[in-house]
This record gives sequence, structure tokens and C-alpha cells, in this order.
Amino acid sequence: MGKKRVAIVGTGQTYHKSHRPDVNGQELINEAVQRALTDAELTIGDIDAIVIGNMDHFEGINYVDCWSVDGSGGTMKPIIKLTTGGTTGSTLAIGGYHMVASGMFEKVLIIGWEKNSESDTTGAITTAFDPIWDRLVFAGAISGLAAEAQAYMAKYGATEIDGARVSVRDRKHACNNPHAQLRKEVTIEEVLESPMLADPIHLLDVCPRTDGACAVIMASEDVAETITGTPDWIWATANRHKYTYLGDVNWGELDSIAEASREIYAKVGIREPRKEIDVIELYQPYSFAGIIWIEDLGIVPRGKGAEYIHSGATDMGGELPVNPSGGVIACNPIGATGLIRCAEAALQVMGKAGDRQVPDVNLAISTGFGGCMWTDILLHGKEKPDF
Amino acid sequence: MNEPFAGVEPMVYQSRISVPYSWWAGDTAGKFFVALRDEKKIMGTSCRSCNRVFVPPRKTCPTCFSENTDWVEVAPEGTLQSFTIARRQLAALPKPAPVIFGLIKLDGADTALLHYLDEVTPEAVHIGMRVRARFAEERNGTIGDIACFSPV
Amino acid sequence: MDKAAIIGVGMTAVEANKATDTFADMAWEAVNKALEDAGMTLNDIDNIVTTSNDFWDGRTISCMAVSDASGARSKNVSCVEGDGAFGAFYGLTRVLSGSYGTTLVTAHSKGSESISSLITNAAFDPIYDRALGMDIITACALQANAYMSRTGTTAEQLARVSVKNHGNACQNPLAQLPMTLTVNDVLDSEMIADPLHKLDCSPVSDACCAVIIANEERAAGCREAPVWIKGAAFCSDAFFLGDRDLSRAPALTQAAKKAFDMAGIERPADDIDVVELYDAFTYQELMWLEAMGFCEDAQAGKKLENGEFDRNGTLPVNPSGGLLSGHPVIAAGLIRMAEIVKQLRGDAGACQIAGARRGVAHGANGLCGQSHCVWVLEK
Repeated sequence: MGKKRVAIVGTGQTYHKSHRPDVNGQELINEAVQRALTDAELTIGDIDAIVIGNMDHFEGINYVDCWSVDGSGGTMKPIIKLTTGGTTGSTLAIGGYHMVASGMFEKVLIIGWEKNSESDTTGAITTAFDPIWDRLVFAGAISGLAAEAQAYMAKYGATEIDGARVSVRDRKHACNNPHAQLRKEVTIEEVLESPMLADPIHLLDVCPRTDGACAVIMASEDVAETITGTPDWIWATANRHKYTYLGDVNWGELDSIAEASREIYAKVGIREPRKEIDVIELYQPYSFAGIIWIEDLGIVPRGKGAEYIHSGATDMGGELPVNPSGGVIACNPIGATGLIRCAEAALQVMGKAGDRQVPDVNLAISTGFGGCMWTDILLHGKEKPDF
Repeated sequence: MNEPFAGVEPMVYQSRISVPYSWWAGDTAGKFFVALRDEKKIMGTSCRSCNRVFVPPRKTCPTCFSENTDWVEVAPEGTLQSFTIARRQLAALPKPAPVIFGLIKLDGADTALLHYLDEVTPEAVHIGMRVRARFAEERNGTIGDIACFSPV
Repeated sequence: MDKAAIIGVGMTAVEANKATDTFADMAWEAVNKALEDAGMTLNDIDNIVTTSNDFWDGRTISCMAVSDASGARSKNVSCVEGDGAFGAFYGLTRVLSGSYGTTLVTAHSKGSESISSLITNAAFDPIYDRALGMDIITACALQANAYMSRTGTTAEQLARVSVKNHGNACQNPLAQLPMTLTVNDVLDSEMIADPLHKLDCSPVSDACCAVIIANEERAAGCREAPVWIKGAAFCSDAFFLGDRDLSRAPALTQAAKKAFDMAGIERPADDIDVVELYDAFTYQELMWLEAMGFCEDAQAGKKLENGEFDRNGTLPVNPSGGLLSGHPVIAAGLIRMAEIVKQLRGDAGACQIAGARRGVAHGANGLCGQSHCVWVLEK
């Protein structure tokens, strides 16, 4: 056993909805798992290990890896839970990657899920922050994002209209995605007229709460090409948990995505990401992030994000489509969301993205976001990497 | 961590986190609880491939993943697989100790159901004894619709 | 499996209530001790895996609390939820994948900050089981009864595990509960849930442990001789207690077999010199020894009585005092690994088993040992 190259050979998702009263959590997980197995033409017996994650306090279940086995297929298998908050889905993808790359397991099933309808999301997420210093003044995830948007707008003169244009893009893209929760276009006016949640973030600037699950199967190079003719190779992964206390954050620039992306570009030899990356599935929990974080990714220079968005470059048919799936604004089952970005990037590389397919995808990026402004990144490639 | 803080009382900040939950039972559990509530029947689902009857019911078989579409009524009577008697008033107990918990394999089921034993002295409880479900007078579609299991 | 080793270990003491330490303080202490043990600085750490549990910490994204203190701020980092032995497994894969030369693994909890009965009750299925009000103690009592009934293991034999392990703890300056007990002391202690007396149960404790895993190349430069990872595997049983035969541990048997196969070990009782296993309750030590194949089914109680698992026996088990002497959940399995590393290096002080060259460390997760992780380590 030793270091192996790893590819995604199958993906599956539920049809994400605001509520899924017809299934409990395990049954929701099982839907995504069965779809991924079908996609890869494998059975649960073929799976060597399972990596699963969600955010415990959203479902109120302790030791979810153990509880899940009826639905995840983990009975008499190795199963392990990873969780890092909003980044959980991408953390899981990275976890699956290492489990296979290590040579310890040949085929690994990765599952991200959330049944947000079962809990008070804000009540739960508030407990993420330090109880002595931060928790009493933290008003839920949106307040942190609003702080970021305000800081950026103050520095670079962006406006609410710029943010709204991102929402318009993603909501339009979601119409091509049968799995997305929200599949109705919005206009800039509608975004600006929607209720203000935390200045400058309106309701339509931000993600919904969703019940959903996603499963991805990764396989080692020894078998990947026998499982599928179009494997999606994982070229590189990187992440940063930059901050712990809200007061430490560098508001207005996402340091974690900047550092993680530079690490990947350096490792792989990408000098002009704007030219070399074909599609990005960006974990973009609110609209302004779509402007700020493409600058941090090095796609466009600092302060030029809004201009790039307005030019249509990130729309379908543009130079560098972002979120052909509709992204997080159209659908957010939190523990699954980062994994959905990974699955969607895989579908792009594999040529299986249906109506949301971007043509000629060679390199794709999927990201995760969460925690205290943390980021995970995976680089996906059509060609088997040399390393 | 100690020198600069010698003589300083550690601060203890007491708090509770409040996160209310409503879990979707799903259609499969829903059917089980409706049968319990309305008909005083205990239902399981069976996997044709593995030839197993699951109580509580499962929508899909945990081992082979085939969809369990066959519903089976199992007997309200079964054999005690194991038990314990909580003597200390542990925080999770919803009623005063002693509380007897048991795993009961109902006739017709291949898995055991977790529940209470009552109307029996702790000393009389033993693995292998036959017990029968006593249904609650007022039932509202929860596992409490069975009040307890007691000796046959 | 490519060669990989544990090159540094560090842990806090295990205590009932670390009133002056936050999670970050504990991590800071354990991480610095591990770095010093390895003769390394944070610059030598390529990536980090922290292990924690949101329920026990009362904190969503519980890993956030220890992220800075574990040196993760500008490095690749990931977070496992579950026993620390599983966290270490993931840390190992991140080295074997070739991505990183060293992984720092931490695991922590502060049981003193919550009500363990409620925390473990939350592991039960909310739809069918949770409202009944069981917790880890009543669940394990159910398992103990099933095990004793099937194997004929007696209450006295269970009590002997407690006597042995609390006694072993007297040699361990980091243990919470060193005690000199008799079998009668255990049998006379409060019956919490039949058949488990108070002294059959581990306490709920606070601690943090850190280990550093390295590939062969990076292990070469370290201060202490590396302890090589010869085998590692994990496996989970079914979830609903009624789906399982609680008197057996097939998932542990499967994990142990895989780990032993990787290590080329055919007769564990002969080839292994020392074991640190997950003795959350007395009966578990006996059950896990049988399930791992260290003795025949139903024989562990007798072998214990014969002194075979004592410090001077043929197979010393839990010379550190085990979890019965101090049980910080989550950190527990990683501490078992750290204790074996110390044994194999000859660094175990008064707990030292002379000449120990090969050891087994074991961690468990979930109710009634649903999921197990087994490590075979060798000097």
C-alpha cells in the first residue's frame, strides 16, 4: 500500500427541499447514498469505508457516525465522522481523498447531510462561538457576513446592486439544476426590495435552510478507470481555519481562501487562475461573497470583483462560470453543501452536468466555507495528474 | 498557566444552550406509530433478501439496501434478551428510580425493541423471561403508547 | 502500508475538574508537551487533526475552540468527531497519502462541564429510543448483563478489573483515581444500574492528549526512537441496541483481525507485550480482550483471576490504570495510544512493563462499544 491518485467515480444527491417530512435523517442519507452507488454502478458491499458529517446541533443527535449506519451502510464497516461547521461537506471530501490516497481503502463513500428543518439554526450556530467572549454578542451567521460586506464596501465602493447581481446569477443558474431547492429567477429590484436582514444583506442575498444529503464515491487509481470512463481526478486539496475569535478576523478579505488557493496554485503550477480554471463551484453563502472571494482567489485584482460580475464573465456562457448549480443561495443543507460543491464540480469534469454543463471542463474548483471565516478548496481535473 | 494567576479565583460561567428540535419521523416510523396509537398493533418491515423482520421498522434494509415494502404485524409478546435496573436517579431518567429497561425480542421479529419493564419486582426479572406489551390508555403516536412490558 | 511512526506524545493530567483550564489551555499544554517530546517546533508540523465532540463541549464546531492552540492557524487542518484513536487514524491517512510528512493529532473533552447522562442520552435515536431516558451507564449495564449471562462471567471477576486498574493507577502520576481496593469494596459500592456498581464504572473526566505521526523520512530526525505503526483498523457494529448481540463485539473482532493481519501477527496473546484498551466499564476489559482474540471466548474472567493481565502477568492490560482510573471522553483512545508509545520506548516510569516491544492500543465510540479502532505499535 502507498500513495495513490484518487478520482471521484460517482455522485448522488437528494432533491433538496425546505422540509422533508416523509423521511427521517437516516432515510434522507440513504437516498443520496443509493443514488451515488447507482451512478457508479456499485453496491454498498463494494464500499471499503465511509466518511460522514453534519453539524450535530442542527439535528440533535450525538455520535452521528454510529447512529447513521442503517442509512449510510456502515454496519460492519469502518465509518468515521468529520465536522468543521459550514465547511463540513468539503472537509469530508478532503477526508475521503486522504482515506483513499493513503492506500488504506480502495473505494470510500463520503456523505454530507443536514435536516435544517428540524432545529433552530441560529440557536444552534450561536453555540459555535466562544461562550465567554463572542457568544453573547454574536447574532447568527448573517451578522458575521454583514460585517465582511460592510468592510469591503467601505474600502472599494461596492454597492447593494453589485451584491444583488450575484444573487440574480445564481438564482438563474439554479433553474438548470433539478436538485436545487430554489428554482425561480429573481431580479435586482426584487433582491433590493426583499426584507433587510443585517445591513447590507437582504433576504434574497442569502441562502435558505434546506433538508438534503449528498454522497460522493472516491476510488483509487487502481480501480477508478474500471468503474467509470470519466473519472474526476482530485489534483490538490488545501484549507485554512484562519480564525477562532470574531475579533481576530480580517474583515473584507477572506484570508483563508486566499492562502488555501495560493497553496494549490503553487503546488500544481497554476499561474493565471482566470485562464486556467474552467468552472468554480464556490461555497458562497451570501451574494457579496461572490464579489469578494473571486478577488481572494486571484481571479481578478482587488476591487475589480463587481465589474467582473457585471460583465457576465461568471454567468453560464461566460469566460469563467461560477456556480452553474445555482450554488448555496439556491440551496443550503449545511453539512452537505460543501460536498454538493464538490459533487457539482465532479459532474462538470465528468460531463454529466446536464443542462448546467459548462463545455470543455478540464480544471474545476470546489470550495467550502464556514466556521470563523474558514475555507476548504479542492481542485478537480479531467486528466490524471502526474503527481 | 499558574504563576500570574495565583490567588485568583477561577471564573465559572454557568449557561444553558437552548436548541429546540422537532424530528421528522418519516413515513415509515409514521406508519408504525399510527398502528400503535390507533390499533394497538406493533408493526415491522421485512427484507425479502435477508429474510429479516425489523422492529422498529426500517424503510430500507441496513445490510443489503433493498427497499422493505412488506409490513408485518409482530406479536405483542416476546422474550427478554437483556435488562438493567437503573437504581441511581440518573439525569436522563424521565421517572423515579428504580427504572427497569429491557430489550424485548417480540415473536415474529428478528430484532429486539428497547423499552421499560414494569409490574414486576426487579428481583424477578431475568434474561429469557416472557413478557407482554401493556398499551397506554391514552396514546398519541409515540413509543410511550406502549406503557411497558410485563411478565406473561 | 508505508512506514509511519508516532514520534511525539504529550498529555495533560486526567482530572475530575480542570477549573482553571479552558479547552484551548488543555490543548496548548498537550501540544507543547508533544512537540518537546519529539524535539520539534510548530514549523515541523505539516498539518493538524483535532478530535472533539460538539455535545460534550456544548459547542457547535467544537474544534474551533482548540484550533489556534493546536497551531492550526496557517496550516492545513481537519477535525474528527469521535474517540481520539479514530482521529489519529485520519491523521495517519494524511501522512500515508503523501500530502504531509507529519500530522499533529489532538483529542480533548471536559466532562466536568456537562451532565454526562444527558449528553450520552443524546446518542439514542430520537424517534424510537431517546424518550425512554437511557444513557451510557444504563446501556452498558444492559450489555454487561447480556455478556455475563452468556459467558458466565461473574460480578467478582468484573470487580477484579476495577481492583487491578485502580491499583495500576497508583503508579501513574497522571491518573485521576489511584486507589487500593478489594473485590468487596467494588461489590459494596453503590449499585448504579444492575450489574454495574459505582466502582465498575469509569468517572467522567477532563484531559487533552496530543500525538505526532510522521512518515519514515521525517521520523528519522527525531529525538526519541520512533514507535512504528504496524497495523491500524476500525469498524462499526449496527446501531439499534436491539439489532446487535450485545454479548459479543464482532466489529472489534473485525477491526482487530485487520490490524493484526497488517502487522503480521497471528497469535496476539503471544506476540503482544502490553495492551491499553477502552475500559469504560469493568466488563468491557474482559469483553474486548476476548473479542480481539487475546483469549478464548468467555475465558477472560478466569485468566484475570489467575493474574495473567496483571502488571507482572503474561499479558499486562492497562498498566496505566485505564479509563476506570480517569475517563476523559474523546481523549481516551488517544491516551491509550500515548501510553503504549511510552511503554514501548521504556518511558512509562513506574508503570513500565519490562521489555515491552509490541503493544496494542484500542479506542471505542458510540453506545456499548458500537465502533472500535485498534492500533498495533512496535518499537
